[in-house]
Amino acid sequence: MADYREIIGTYKEVPGGIIEAYHAVQNEYSYIPEDAVDYAAQIFNIPKAKAYGVATFYSYFKVGSRGKNVIRICESAPCHIAGADKVVAALEKELGIKMGETTSDGKFTLEFAECVGQCQATPVITINSKPYEDVTAEKIAAILAEYK
Amino acid sequence: MAEEMRIVLRNLGKVDPLNVDTYIQAGGYQALAKAKSMSQTDLIEEVKRSGLRGRGGAGFNTGMKWNFSYSAASDQKYVICNADEGEPGTYKDRIIMENDPQSVLEGMAICGYAIGANKGYIYCRGEYPYVVEILNKAIAQASEKGLLGDFDIEVRMGAGAYVCGEESALIESIEGKRGEPRFKPPFPPVIGLWGKPTIVNNVETFANIPAIVEKGADWFKGIGAASYPGTKIMTLTGDVVNRTFVEVPTNTTIRQVLDDFGGGIAGGKKFKAVQIGGTSGGFIPESLLDTPIDFDSMAAIGATLGSGAFFVMDETRDIVDVIDRISKFFAHESCGKCTPCREGTQRLHEMLHKMKNGTAVAGDLDLVERLGTVMSRACLCGLGQAAPAPILTTLKHFRSDYTGKFN
Ligand SMILES: Cc1cc2nc3c(=O)[nH]c(=O)nc-3n(C[C@H](O)[C@H](O)[C@H](O)COP(=O)(O)O)c2cc1C
Ligand code: SF4
Ligand code: FES
Repeated sequence: MADYREIIGTYKEVPGGIIEAYHAVQNEYSYIPEDAVDYAAQIFNIPKAKAYGVATFYSYFKVGSRGKNVIRICESAPCHIAGADKVVAALEKELGIKMGETTSDGKFTLEFAECVGQCQATPVITINSKPYEDVTAEKIAAILAEYK
Repeated sequence: MAEEMRIVLRNLGKVDPLNVDTYIQAGGYQALAKAKSMSQTDLIEEVKRSGLRGRGGAGFNTGMKWNFSYSAASDQKYVICNADEGEPGTYKDRIIMENDPQSVLEGMAICGYAIGANKGYIYCRGEYPYVVEILNKAIAQASEKGLLGDFDIEVRMGAGAYVCGEESALIESIEGKRGEPRFKPPFPPVIGLWGKPTIVNNVETFANIPAIVEKGADWFKGIGAASYPGTKIMTLTGDVVNRTFVEVPTNTTIRQVLDDFGGGIAGGKKFKAVQIGGTSGGFIPESLLDTPIDFDSMAAIGATLGSGAFFVMDETRDIVDVIDRISKFFAHESCGKCTPCREGTQRLHEMLHKMKNGTAVAGDLDLVERLGTVMSRACLCGLGQAAPAPILTTLKHFRSDYTGKFN
């Protein structure tokens, strides 16, 4: 795994580049390590509080660890009426965790999301940003198998 | 039977998004050449005269906006394409960028020439990494062929904050900050990105530009509704037979979109409501379905065209349940900068939740209405101002759904 210092360093000269740097770190780690936020503050020459402020403002970023594969379930209105709650129940059952939790082997984290822009085929979930459409409880096992 | 009309999506299925040559073969980049043969002021006048109004929701005349930035003296100006597309139920900008990215780049370059900017940004939502890839390839191909001239375009990624679609919050985000809206005035066309004059336009707005420059203001002006000419892409979701997108002239009615393109309500059920413009849009009952979708006709019935999201609910849907969900969205997405929205969205959600669970009392409806009215006037940005709209419009048109829950 590339060191977050290296990753963040490459954005040093990009104006406003801290968000791009966080994206790059999260791509590698699936989250932003706390130390990486402190390091970003140093590189972009801003107070630590500001660097945290930015990292925690955006719901796509997660400061502190989470699972390798991040499963997000859209709960915006179109997905909601299409039965997102049934998908949530099926995922919780299959993985043995609740929304917001990570499996003990560190492989999966379950999160809620707002609309991910694939509303032609609701309900929608994403795994590491890849969308799965028209998801039903029955499809869950097969989808997860790709990541096991 | 209403008919589709493709201006924005004129190249859909005709060009290969990953091959700029196919775009050139389809006549691409001739509009930019034509624009550059005109004076900046003539070009801006042409765009203004076409009547094109922003497709991002606010409906401001695009040429007039450009003129503000053109007139602002500065050593540096910027063009930003708003591809944040955070409005639930909306995916039109994705369809445009996935199928015809070059049209957007060309539209941005034309704007750059018009206002005197040599740098552009596309702010694309973080949920679309696959679109970012397409955009980066498209930019690389166009630059390699020198098609963009001295106009440079860079893609920046959002990170899951709905409020960053608001143009001043978007600018803050590109600057690497928390995406909190700025106080206005000054407006971005005069003082924007890094304090410089900045045009922020929506993806669909930019994709219209090459066609307008090529065919002229008079052609465009004659299409659709007179006060909001052209077409609009609508994205149909919810309980319709065809969950799909359509591009239609703006004088098409809501009913035509629902029946002629949506195929009516799925499962043989009856219509209950349609929410247009995204999650902050008003709810529309059956009696208003013959309204044309254009900006002003929608405003006249207390609704919005917004992003063009078209969310249909059948007779079995519990309006209060949907509104409860929507109020949670706003409580979650409020950036917290101003009190009426930070507090108001939380309280609205609490009260809606009570209503859904049947623990509310009659007086609560008045409280909700009062709070909603205050928020629509007192909130700093459009998020807080529009957050009560779904509640207020459903209290108006579907009040019995609420009162039926009192016990
Ligand atoms: C909360 C909020 C969210 C918005 N989201 C978007 C968006 O996702 N895309 C967009 O183009 N405009 C959005 N807007 C409107 C922008 O502020 C701005 O008006 C628009 O980008 C201008 O472009 P246009 O004139 O081409 O429509 C949003 C506004 C608000 C208040
Ligand atoms: S209205 Fe809401 S989103 Fe807008 S500035 Fe105020 S708190 Fe932030
Ligand atoms: S509403 Fe769920 S993907 Fe858009």
